Amino acid sequence: MPEYQNIFTQVQVQGVPEMGLDDNGRMTRERVGKPFFSSLVGWMGNAQIGPIYLGWTGLIGLATGTLALNIIGLNMLAQVGWSIPEFLRQGFWLALEPPSPEYGLQMPPLRDGGWYIIASFFLLVSVISWWLRAYLLAAEHKMGKHVAWAFAAAIWLFLVLGLFRPILMGSWSEGVPYGIFPHLDWTTAFSIRYGNLYYNPFHALSIVFLYGSALLFAMHGATILAVTRFGGDRELEQIADRGTASERAALFWRWTMGFNATMEGIHRWAWWFAVLTPITGGIGILLTGTVVDNWYLWAVEHHFAPEYLGDYGYEAYSAGGN
Amino acid sequence: MFPKWFSEWNRKNPTDPFQPIFLMGGIGGAVFVAAMLVVWGWPYMTESSQTGPRGTGMSVTKFPVDADPTIALYEEIYSDPPYIPEEGAALAKDIYENVQVLGDLTEDNFNRLMLAMTSWVAPDQGCAYCHGDGGLETYGADDLYTKVVARRMIQMTQTINDDWAGHVAVNGTGVNCYTCHRGENVPSNIWFRVDPTVETMAGWGAVQNRVTTVSGSTSLPSDMLQKLLVEEGNIKVHDLEPRVVNAGTPTWQDTERTYSLMNYFSNSLNVNCNFCHNSRAFYDPAQVTPQWATALMGIDMVRDVNANYLEPLRDTYPANRLGPVHADAPKAACATCHKGYSKPMQGTPMITDWPELAAPGAPVYE
Repeated sequence: MPEYQNIFTQVQVQGVPEMGLDDNGRMTRERVGKPFFSSLVGWMGNAQIGPIYLGWTGLIGLATGTLALNIIGLNMLAQVGWSIPEFLRQGFWLALEPPSPEYGLQMPPLRDGGWYIIASFFLLVSVISWWLRAYLLAAEHKMGKHVAWAFAAAIWLFLVLGLFRPILMGSWSEGVPYGIFPHLDWTTAFSIRYGNLYYNPFHALSIVFLYGSALLFAMHGATILAVTRFGGDRELEQIADRGTASERAALFWRWTMGFNATMEGIHRWAWWFAVLTPITGGIGILLTGTVVDNWYLWAVEHHFAPEYLGDYGYEAYSAGGN
Repeated sequence: MFPKWFSEWNRKNPTDPFQPIFLMGGIGGAVFVAAMLVVWGWPYMTESSQTGPRGTGMSVTKFPVDADPTIALYEEIYSDPPYIPEEGAALAKDIYENVQVLGDLTEDNFNRLMLAMTSWVAPDQGCAYCHGDGGLETYGADDLYTKVVARRMIQMTQTINDDWAGHVAVNGTGVNCYTCHRGENVPSNIWFRVDPTVETMAGWGAVQNRVTTVSGSTSLPSDMLQKLLVEEGNIKVHDLEPRVVNAGTPTWQDTERTYSLMNYFSNSLNVNCNFCHNSRAFYDPAQVTPQWATALMGIDMVRDVNANYLEPLRDTYPANRLGPVHADAPKAACATCHKGYSKPMQGTPMITDWPELAAPGAPVYE
């Protein structure tokens, strides 16, 4: 097979494990695990596994996250009488549901959403400390904090759904159920209740950025793979010192659509598209039920959706069913 | 390990096995899938018909269904048209004892209806199902619960055809015993309360997330028939103002319950949302289809039937006829009559030949 048309990474480096820098002599303390190599993993990324830096943020994040997941899982297991086969069989239907609406912002009984509140609290601690970990690790590597801020954009949507909006609505029952099908039921009910979320312009923006992210990712990934044979996969070198790979990639897109990103700029495009997806989505959720109660009527009012006044239905358009 | 000539031949003829493997695997897989589609057919095939202006998304999707197999049996059962009563003919109330509802029928018409009811509801047990084995002289007794229930069911049928003609007699169809019973003692698709579906939870978490018949195997709430068609909760969940007036009411939980009810409607009639609603604003009565009004009346009819006929019979039934969780009376909803067709019995006229069931009181023969 041609070397550059392969779905797997062609070059693997295996040898003495790379342990990372330790300029001040204190930095290896919290790197745990004995590193090893996996050829299978090497097909998709770096063949070296470990060591991993945990730190106090990582430990808190893992501990509280495990606790939250176990509270959810054990609640589900209790719902099927502690039967593992039933848990597997009905798993997609099971959920830890938020409290009933009558409890408002009070602490409900454990069996009517209390466990949900506790699990949500631990999940919140877990996510925030994991965010702090991303920030502190970047600082330690003297990197920019781009990863942390991108993660913060996702956390914004998470907080809107589970914390900010329930508080503004005055009830923890507004939260999203922890379950596979049940959280989809919530999504459908949420859209129907508020007059079809497709007419929410922030929802529309979020979809634009989500699909746009996928498109940009495909375009960028394809472009770089296509110029790998000219060294295009060494992106950092290409940013600092533009070579024939960059030239070809740029010309390809400029001649295709009249415009091209740069070796550096394409990553800004990707970052902003990805980050704006949950930011705009979160704004849309936050406004729903707190400010706007019916997005379709809102859209008609703003001449964003047309009002259709014609005839509908079987009798108007066909001979009728049976 | 291998003979020398074999290794030598292989060395001289280097072959990349992966290309043929992927090629043959791909072609073989495609042939297998195609063969299965031909043999089994596309499993989720639907039929669609456009029911609105282009670009509005108005399309009714159905799973293709065969003709309702119970219709043939119904036509087989049918015997004679009703006898036009002669002036001064003796009436059932004068001839038989304890005829409370059908007393104004002539003897011939009374017996004709009794025979038909036997075939519709108790073809295997015969008259004894309601009247017992005591012989003709005991037929007036109300000893068996089946007879007491049957009398109430006749009154219910008359009420449905008379008060709710807007739902059941849109094209003069109407209903009789067979619409629900189809030759069975207990009609299919009756329902009982099944909540709590999750015993370890209380409140909102206890009424859903289980595969039940009424929820159509979804994780949606299973208490919607009780809450909305018996306790008459509010089905409408939309605010008709763009801006928030009463924050939080109705809740998304109310919406999920309504959604579960609507899903039950769809499954009961083998139609999708667009059969009654438009595609963009489900609540808007100015943008609905004609079927919406029919369905709306159906909701009120089911509430009437459950509240005034089916639930009050709870103490009449023996324990084995009551619900498994709450020992509640068997109740009706869309599927009890519709049974997967948008018109029950696919529109077969059910009262044309049975004017006795068309309205309370003395029947009118034409």
